Amino acid sequence: MITVARSEIGHLMACYLREARHEFLRLLRTPSFVLPTLLFPALFYVLFGVVLAGSRGGVQVSGYLLASYGVFGIMGASLFGFGVTIAIERERGFLTLKRAQPMPPGAFLFAKLVMAMLFAAIISVLLALLATTLAGVRLAPQQWILLFLINVSGTLPFCALGLWLGSLVSGSAAPAVVNLIYLPMSFLSGLWMPLSVLPDFIARFAPMWPSYHLGQIALGVVGHADSGNVLAHVGFLVAMSALCLFLARGRLDRESDGSGR
Amino acid sequence: MDSANHTVLAELKGVRKRYGKQVALDGLDLRLRSGELLAVLGPNGAGKSTAVAALLGLASVDQGLVSLFGDAPRKLAARCRVGVMLQSAGIPDAFKVGELLEVTRGYYRHPRSVEECVGLAGLQGLLERRYGRLSGGQQRRVQFALAICGNPELLFLDEPTTGLDIEARKGFWVAIRAMVAEGCSVFLTTHYLEEAEALADRVVVLNHGRQIAEGSVESLRSLISNRLIGCITSLEPDTVRHWAHVRDVSCRAGRMEIIADVAEPVVRRLLAEDERLAELEIHRGGLAEAFVELTREAA
Repeated sequence: MITVARSEIGHLMACYLREARHEFLRLLRTPSFVLPTLLFPALFYVLFGVVLAGSRGGVQVSGYLLASYGVFGIMGASLFGFGVTIAIERERGFLTLKRAQPMPPGAFLFAKLVMAMLFAAIISVLLALLATTLAGVRLAPQQWILLFLINVSGTLPFCALGLWLGSLVSGSAAPAVVNLIYLPMSFLSGLWMPLSVLPDFIARFAPMWPSYHLGQIALGVVGHADSGNVLAHVGFLVAMSALCLFLARGRLDRESDGSGR
Repeated sequence: MDSANHTVLAELKGVRKRYGKQVALDGLDLRLRSGELLAVLGPNGAGKSTAVAALLGLASVDQGLVSLFGDAPRKLAARCRVGVMLQSAGIPDAFKVGELLEVTRGYYRHPRSVEECVGLAGLQGLLERRYGRLSGGQQRRVQFALAICGNPELLFLDEPTTGLDIEARKGFWVAIRAMVAEGCSVFLTTHYLEEAEALADRVVVLNHGRQIAEGSVESLRSLISNRLIGCITSLEPDTVRHWAHVRDVSCRAGRMEIIADVAEPVVRRLLAEDERLAELEIHRGGLAEAFVELTREAA
């Protein structure tokens, strides 16, 4: 019995990992995903965190933006890699085919989550390299590790948000909808420039946005957080993820009954 | 073929399903027995794909019973014994053919070897190609390979050859026959009559979510070489059913539809017994036309 159970688990693990590897490889081959996802955070960082920061604020600004552009970057990987692909695959019928095949439950979402985490890891390393080589940012090893872990695990709430958006909008509308949420939300959360230099009302409403909370956690590592209550930020993100998953589940279930068409 | 003692692999019993106001399945009964190739024929919108979706658990039904291998279709165990080719696969372009095959084979416990899949589906030289760069016919072959790669006992093929030219279609028929020869049962939907003729042991004709004819290819052929007599009459269907030459009688929307092997004696008797008989129509036609007649709603 034990060997049977073990081979069952081995079979499932193999399914999950294969699914994840191929999802990652496929998106790596999709320029419309890879270029903006990997290049935009790096490009913005070089521009604002290195070139412009050199003239005012210097290494302080570079440190701030290292954390905030990390969050900005992993949000993009999650929202586009999860939200947009789900919307397209739902619309084109790939999700239906997968549901008809004996795919282990959850493998589809697991693959997308791992893919988003891998992209988040790449973005973190990319930004870290730019920060140390070009901007002269110096952090303790545990700070680097913490930032990396926050970025990778920070994909979770945004994958949940992406899943809900992807279950809601059509494939053709999804990129526009995601951009409309992603870009303003990043700005309003102080990911592009500190809330302290933005108008007062923006800072006041910033706690509405999930990106603000993840941003504060990351900024805390480099000593730039406005609010140091990490537990409250984590709590907000967990609650938001649960809500998104709940809403997405309802949407996807209803759709499979045909009434969502 | 007497298939009474073959196990039923997939079954719909009195299944009703509507999408909004549109009725997709209207009390449909369907059975697929082991070893048979069942062709479900019907025009677009007849309910063929909804029947497939119900049997695979992709769509819930409003009423009736659905079973796949004697179990609920959403059970993973049932789906492990099934291979599926849906009408539109929606496979993302950036996947390589070999990767698709690897992932899908991986779901099954005893998959077919890659070489075998390539051979059966005709994918020679395509494994390294990206799905989005293949022709429509090649994409259909990839979808077929994904359907058979798990060594399924039951294969669902939802209009597998729609949009293909006749050569490509015949290539598919060879592959489907090879599967049947291995003992695989097949649930095939099509709107090509000749496809059903070429492949099927048994044919079911659907229209408006109902079965309007069922039988072997031969019996269907004789059925549709019959004459169809339509009229509005006060005669009882059960009376007419027992007349000579009458094969079947049905009533729809106040109209009687009589299937008879010869029309003239039946029409003569109809007119004699019901003076007020109206709207008399008699149809005949070739195979294809008769099929259209069968599936067109009696207006």
